[in-house]
Amino acid sequence: MPLSDRKVDEIIGGLLRYGVMLSASVVGAGGIWYLIQYGTSPPGYHVFRGEPEYLRHLRGIVSGVPGFHCRRMIQLGLVLLIATPVARVAFSVVAFILQRDRMYVAITLIVLSVLLFSLTGRAGG
Amino acid sequence: MAAGFLGALTGLGGGVVITPAMVLLLGIDLHYAMGAALISVIATSSGAAAAYVREGLSNIRIGMFLEIATTVGAVCGAFAAAKVSPSILGVIFGAVLLHAAWTSMRSHPATRNGEPGDRLAERLRLNGSFPTPEGVRSYKVSHVKTGFGLMFIAGAVSGLLGIGSGALKVLAMDRAMRIPFKVSTTTSNFMIGVTAAASAGVYLNRGYIDPGLTMPVVLGVLGGSMLGARVLPGAPTLTLRRVFGIVVGALAVEMIYSALTGKL
Repeated sequence: MPLSDRKVDEIIGGLLRYGVMLSASVVGAGGIWYLIQYGTSPPGYHVFRGEPEYLRHLRGIVSGVPGFHCRRMIQLGLVLLIATPVARVAFSVVAFILQRDRMYVAITLIVLSVLLFSLTGRAGG
Repeated sequence: MAAGFLGALTGLGGGVVITPAMVLLLGIDLHYAMGAALISVIATSSGAAAAYVREGLSNIRIGMFLEIATTVGAVCGAFAAAKVSPSILGVIFGAVLLHAAWTSMRSHPATRNGEPGDRLAERLRLNGSFPTPEGVRSYKVSHVKTGFGLMFIAGAVSGLLGIGSGALKVLAMDRAMRIPFKVSTTTSNFMIGVTAAASAGVYLNRGYIDPGLTMPVVLGVLGGSMLGARVLPGAPTLTLRRVFGIVVGALAVEMIYSALTGKL
């Protein structure tokens, strides 16, 4: 079934909206938990130390250190937010395949691979 | 925390003011501030893009094609962010802020029409149409190569500073490629999320993204932008833009001063 540009626009719009809503709720829930646990004690962000290893990688955030806590939950929400535009690009690949638009399948795949290269940490250095 | 304040500011402006506000007013380290700002840029641009795409204003083909340039640029920029010293980052940031202040003070000149378009644009099927109150208007795209090159720079600036660099993207599409202003701004918004996601991966792996700091910033900015979208239509645009321009200009001067005196 050929997919019209209009329909693709609508699906992409919905994908972006729900992605932002979902990640905002995860971040918000984690945030409430964070405030209960730490209160508004002044955080030490004046000196850059970098995040602990398990908060830097997808695998670490999902399963690294045993135990689920609020900082990890917020980070999970933030990763969902980063994943929202990536999911949009992945859907565009499918949409262009259905439209049999070979040139744009190739263009979109290039963009998707740059994103995955960055996210899987090979660009982390 | 300072979420309310930041939210109100960004409802007017955009990602570019969040980082200097955090660095200069709250004394937060530049790298943490860039990480938090970059994430909030993804949130606002995806939220806004959802609406524009549905209205058929953004051109997804132009966006996809140019995203090759912006994402590669963003990864390069994010790499460079770790190598470049904070004081140099601060000076570049100040320059970008000055540009933002300057564009917001100036009203937008009408886009010229009737350019012949470009063979590459024809091949890539970039030409499109968009709805206006007077009916559907079609347009042709020119200078594709120049636009593509400028988009690489826009992506690199975005990755280097943790901003959306929407102003640069609009510049490339509106001025160089002669795409109608409305299509340029909405397509730029559509591209910002993907560009920022490309640098966000590198930022995350480098440990720039702290959950405790980013959480209030992202939620504040999302809340602020929703509020802003409701309040703004009734607000006096010209005055707002002047005030915004002055605030951003002041931040720019302060940013460059702090960078040069080694306070970053």
